[in-house]
Amino acid sequence: MNQGVGMVGLYVRDQDEAVEFYVEKLGFRVHTDVRNGDYRWLTVQHPDQPSFQLGLFRPDSPVLDAGTAQALREVVAKGAMPPLVLTVDDCRAAYDRLRARGVEFTQEPVERFGSVDAGFRDPSGNGWKMIEARR
Amino acid sequence: MSQDPELLRRLLRAKDRMDAASHEEWPVRRLARVSGVSEAHFARSFKEAFGVPPHRYLLTRRIERATALLRDTELPITEIAFQTGWNSLGTFGRTFRDITGESPGELRAREKAAPREVERVPVCFLSAAHRPDLTIAVSEKRRQAAGSRAHLNSSVRSREPARTPGSGSEEREVL
Repeated sequence: MNQGVGMVGLYVRDQDEAVEFYVEKLGFRVHTDVRNGDYRWLTVQHPDQPSFQLGLFRPDSPVLDAGTAQALREVVAKGAMPPLVLTVDDCRAAYDRLRARGVEFTQEPVERFGSVDAGFRDPSGNGWKMIEARR
Repeated sequence: MSQDPELLRRLLRAKDRMDAASHEEWPVRRLARVSGVSEAHFARSFKEAFGVPPHRYLLTRRIERATALLRDTELPITEIAFQTGWNSLGTFGRTFRDITGESPGELRAREKAAPREVERVPVCFLSAAHRPDLTIAVSEKRRQAAGSRAHLNSSVRSREPARTPGSGSEEREVL
């Protein structure tokens, strides 16, 4: 597939903390990590999804003015960014595995309407739903 | 007004805990402990961050959950009241009607009659979208409603079921 969405970015409060979370805890891989002065372009990738990158960006100058950057850091920390969904084969097994690694779960696995879902947050406050793929 | 993102992240943790167990009691002391701030600081900061006092937020979550159970299950209304954190069916029914404008039974009947076309939306997000938007206190909402119907029925309060001793302070805290 050559066309489609290639990258979607998240705002995170600290890129070192974020890469540690997405790589060490969730099992993503670093795709690109390039610095240019204070700016750092950082993307990670799900191992099963080579055509998609998840960007981990800090709302910061010089891309944003100080007031906007602060407002975005607050919005992220309040958990007000849009929903994110991680699809897994086995939600309960993934829950046990990630919880043992210290992932902050906001909702235990619940079975509803033929699937199982759980909820967790990254250290910045971005909220994920982990939903079991329907078989 | 600007708030420290680190504090907001910890306040979010308290909000998440209420979301995960809205049927439990959440006194400010318990919430403040989750967020690692003083009780006085917690209530003020939470309202500033999320626009409603913590206990009104909890109330919206309870009503949201009760609405989902009424719609998606066949559980008796009494059972739903207890599962969503009320100690008395009377308080549940009255609060539910004050907030949503209809009784639990009316909502259930209406939802059962309505066609369902929502299967494509993950249920957890859908549920949040139906959360009651409680921008004023329930007591204020009651006062406004009472004012408009006072001339119709001045005896309504005397017909309310008696409250069990000890439940009063807890209800005030929740409302």
